[in-house]
Amino acid sequence: MSELTLVALRLGFVLALWIFVIAVVLILRNDLFGTTVVTRSSRDRRREQRPASGPIGGAAAEAGTDPGSLRTDPEVTTTAMVVTAGPLRGTSLTLGSTPVLIGRAPECTLVLDDDYASNRHARVLQRDGEWWVEDLGSTNGTLLSGRPIEGAVPFRPGAQVRIGRTEIELRRGPR
Amino acid sequence: MATIVSYTARPRRLLQALMLAFAVVIGVTAYGLVGLGRFGEVPEPLPGLAIGAVVVAIALQVAVMWRAPYADPVILPVVVLLNLLGIAMIESVHEANEVFGLRTSASADRQMLWTVLGVILCVGVIVTLRDHRRLRRYTWIFAVCGAVLLLMPLTPGIGSARNGSKIWIEIAGFSFQPAELAKIAFALFFAGYLVSRRDTLALAGPKVLGIHLPRWSDFGPILVAWAFAMAVLVLETDLGTSLMFFGLFVAMLYVATDRLSWLVIGAVMFLPPAVFVATQMTHVQTRITCWLDPLSSENFSACEQINQGLFGLANGGIAGTGLGEGRPDVVPHAESDYIFASFAEEMGMVGAFALLMLYLLLVQRAIRAAVGISDGFGTLLAAGLGFTLALQVFVVVGGVTRVIPLTGLTLPFLAAGGSSLVCNWIIVGILVRLSDAARRPAARQVPSGAPAPGPRTTQEVAS
Repeated sequence: MSELTLVALRLGFVLALWIFVIAVVLILRNDLFGTTVVTRSSRDRRREQRPASGPIGGAAAEAGTDPGSLRTDPEVTTTAMVVTAGPLRGTSLTLGSTPVLIGRAPECTLVLDDDYASNRHARVLQRDGEWWVEDLGSTNGTLLSGRPIEGAVPFRPGAQVRIGRTEIELRRGPR
Repeated sequence: MATIVSYTARPRRLLQALMLAFAVVIGVTAYGLVGLGRFGEVPEPLPGLAIGAVVVAIALQVAVMWRAPYADPVILPVVVLLNLLGIAMIESVHEANEVFGLRTSASADRQMLWTVLGVILCVGVIVTLRDHRRLRRYTWIFAVCGAVLLLMPLTPGIGSARNGSKIWIEIAGFSFQPAELAKIAFALFFAGYLVSRRDTLALAGPKVLGIHLPRWSDFGPILVAWAFAMAVLVLETDLGTSLMFFGLFVAMLYVATDRLSWLVIGAVMFLPPAVFVATQMTHVQTRITCWLDPLSSENFSACEQINQGLFGLANGGIAGTGLGEGRPDVVPHAESDYIFASFAEEMGMVGAFALLMLYLLLVQRAIRAAVGISDGFGTLLAAGLGFTLALQVFVVVGGVTRVIPLTGLTLPFLAAGGSSLVCNWIIVGILVRLSDAARRPAARQVPSGAPAPGPRTTQEVAS
């Protein structure tokens, strides 16, 4: 084999090595997963005028559908529990029919890394088509809209539940 | 007001297949170029290697598609490429030894066999380990296993000493370094132990000079494990591995408790043994001298390995001598401890940096899996395993390039040596499983009748 071919092969090899590295980097660039939280500047008037904690998520309004029909039709709405404050801010859980356990224990659905939360702190459950939040005898208590709760109380979309440093809300929106 | 955007990872299995094919092509080309450079002809075992590499890639791809469909798409291609580059480099050193006759080194055939064994174990881990959280049940069993594995080379009969280090066992003609397996066992033990104790480690206990000190009852088991590993490794005079264990402990403690005080405690705990070995053990003193001043005339012959390695790096320059055209055989242990110098000589700075990029990307994927995974045990395990890979690369490349004193660790996947290769493949199997758990959409809990969620959902939240 001639010297020239060998040199060409060698250059091609180094080039291929770097193309591989760059290809991996490009894959990683497009391979986003997880949750990102973007805080919008308060100068955005259009956003400010919207009720701060309305029952309809932004996606519903942007989709241009009638919010009223979405609210009542269970086939097209889904309820999500979103964390609005605390270390887990930005986390969102789609609620099904099973109860959601919140606390520090690893078996909880929403595992809080919060020194003020108990191991099994609270439970969010569905009963008669409504969502309820129940304190499970936690040490520091669960606050619903600023008031400590005892036992199970209705958890309506828009209301805020506070557990330690974590705040949780229910959201309704289209699937 | 904040916008919350959640992205669901896509499986990306086709992309992984393409990258695996690319990695196989590059790796087999490297092997061919070694033969072309040294003898001017395509090496005879090339078709065999190509077929073997394709079979290995297909096996990995099928295992991932079957059991870990959301696994990270780049971990396996990067590892396959590193492994094949290592085989090519080992063959290059072997051929140089054949031609010039300075030393002897084994051909790459043995490394290929170890690769096959490693891949079988990796596939085995992916297939049998359905949920990494099951490993947490065996926390204390792993601690005992790690201790037994570390003690094995000291057992008369099966332990054997090489190059002054008693870190090998020999059974039926096969030799193995049990410390490599002990590394995995200890990573599992520490992940399991720390995940249940991290709160008390981080919060309980007195505060001295602005740093939180842990309580003795929480700290005791860690101290015992650390002292045990250190004592055994000093008895076996294997300082590279003890450094790796120590780094693993400190890194996992830091990840678990999120307290910088652990790095301070770690540094304080590291100082007495470091000072002890640096002043009491002659071969460590030699290494420190060779690190600080290898090229002076009185040290030149004592530091032959590090000097020849430096000359090799210089001979490679920016573009390298070309695969199969350098003289890696001049350096002692060019196929194992010094494979980075061999690689940098033949591939030059351009190739060596590509190699370091591959390691960087691999470690980044491990850390990304640690961030994405939802349970603390998985986070600690992925971070710990990723960190051991990173630390090994740092210690080896840092030692060869005289950033730190030289210690006898192996470059993961690249260096000749079955124990290291097989154990690193097991680590890759665990990492694939962890990355699958990290990327799998949480929507799998949604009742089966519901349509799958789109790749992206947007919500608006007042805050």
